[in-house]
Amino acid sequence: MSAPVFYAAAGMGRKVQGPALVAKDGFSARYDLDRAQGVFSRPEHKLAGQSYVGRVLVLDAAKGGVATAWMLHDMSARGLAPAALVLNAVNPIMVQGAALAAFTMISGFDLDITQVIPNGAVVEVDPTAARPFIRIC
Amino acid sequence: MKFNDEEQAMRAGAFGPAVQWAIEHQISVGRYLGAGDFVPVSQAHIMADTESLGVAGVEWLERWATLPVEQRRVRVPTITDPRGTDFAAAHRLKHQSWMLDLERRAIAAFEALGVLMTDTCINYQTIMPPVRGAHVAYGDTGVVIYSNSVCGARSNFEGGPSALSAGLTGRTPRYGYHLPERRRATLTVRVNWTPRALNDWGALGGIVGRRAGDYWQVPVLVGIDRIPDSDEMKHFGAALASYGSVALFHMAGVTPEAQRLDDVVASGQTLPAHAVGERDIRAFQASYAKAIDAADLVVFAAPQLSLVEVRQVADLLAGRRATIPLFVGTSPQVKADADRLGLTARMERAGATVLSGMCFYQSYAREMAEANGWVRLATNSAKLVNIIGGYGYKPVLLSMEACIEAACTGGKIAS
Repeated sequence: MSAPVFYAAAGMGRKVQGPALVAKDGFSARYDLDRAQGVFSRPEHKLAGQSYVGRVLVLDAAKGGVATAWMLHDMSARGLAPAALVLNAVNPIMVQGAALAAFTMISGFDLDITQVIPNGAVVEVDPTAARPFIRIC
Repeated sequence: MKFNDEEQAMRAGAFGPAVQWAIEHQISVGRYLGAGDFVPVSQAHIMADTESLGVAGVEWLERWATLPVEQRRVRVPTITDPRGTDFAAAHRLKHQSWMLDLERRAIAAFEALGVLMTDTCINYQTIMPPVRGAHVAYGDTGVVIYSNSVCGARSNFEGGPSALSAGLTGRTPRYGYHLPERRRATLTVRVNWTPRALNDWGALGGIVGRRAGDYWQVPVLVGIDRIPDSDEMKHFGAALASYGSVALFHMAGVTPEAQRLDDVVASGQTLPAHAVGERDIRAFQASYAKAIDAADLVVFAAPQLSLVEVRQVADLLAGRRATIPLFVGTSPQVKADADRLGLTARMERAGATVLSGMCFYQSYAREMAEANGWVRLATNSAKLVNIIGGYGYKPVLLSMEACIEAACTGGKIAS
């Protein structure tokens, strides 16, 4: 039986594959990350202390301020970025940041995506498909 | 998306590569978020501190700054959010020379693009507040939510690259809060106790933000029993935007688009309903107070202080002396008035440091903590306590009076 495919409402960037880091929590590069070390640093965040570098982040909603629009670009330039962002709900900042950084992101599902992707599973994210999707490899 | 002749010319490169990049960036964002076309904007506001930009971001700006002048200038008034340092206070903050060099490079690049270096997140109190119905492209979530909600302007959160794009093209994709149908309420919040102090307003914003949950939610508050002043709205909105990523709220009988609840709730529509009382606000504040029993520093910022707030701080410091670092962050515009009115001198004689054009959390907060040995931070800003934990600080949310008391008693926090 093939693995289920979860379709998103929108996507941008290129197709990527990587291990998923999953939590029912929000995302903001300024609020949540130590970008020098590449780890979640906000003590209340469900992923506090965990490295996000090279991981497909599967999270609930974009949070916080506008800094992520620049920070994704800087994180990518320094090689300390996630592989992709998969969110139930985006805000414009995430879209603007992904657009500047040519970063892979998909969002908007008809279910809670954080509840169906197991933490640590290797997943494929394809925003280039006619219907952007994430699937477990 | 539909494009007019001028937009087609921008795409074709008729106005140079910066404008061409800008409009393609905007199209990419607009398509993702369902925009049908562009809407002209009358102002743009860019968040671009160098901690966020990084070296890569500054180099990216510098590439545009080297274009011929006719190809690189913004075409609508474009202003800036707080910067990553106050050069006059950098030594006190232990900002390093590489941070200052990066700031100077970013400022030079922005100036070459024709950007006005206002360095403020309270432009709606100090520069040129937008008029109801005006489409603008503002960065800084606190600026957007205040302008949308209190002024009745129309803006989405525009991060630095997109706000700069709007400055260069004079337009922004028409999605989200540029659309009347998106501005209707999606949840109601009955407030059973009208906040008093600014940290109460911030706590209310934090509570509503957590319950709202994401950018596309528009809370309408009912039960506020008086007209809040601009600083109260500022703290409420900044916290709501910070905790909830919310860009627009209504306050029935107060804000311009909700003179009546029916103005923002369709007839017969039932919205998710919440209630907030004084107990919730005190519990929110206490959740931070539990973390520490003393402060290493006190910070008033986020948002920058109005002249009225600066005067309040100066008055509370009268006859007293801060014995731990006490920072008062404001805009260059307010700082000039504070200087002229003698308020800066009064605060500095009492041991405070007045910061101009920066906002603390946007100013290498982690590096400042490490260099100065700061961990425990007291503030009256709910927005700041929400952000600063991720930088390694342990924050506490107090009233302005309690913050001053802590600053003048070696950091002791009254229980």
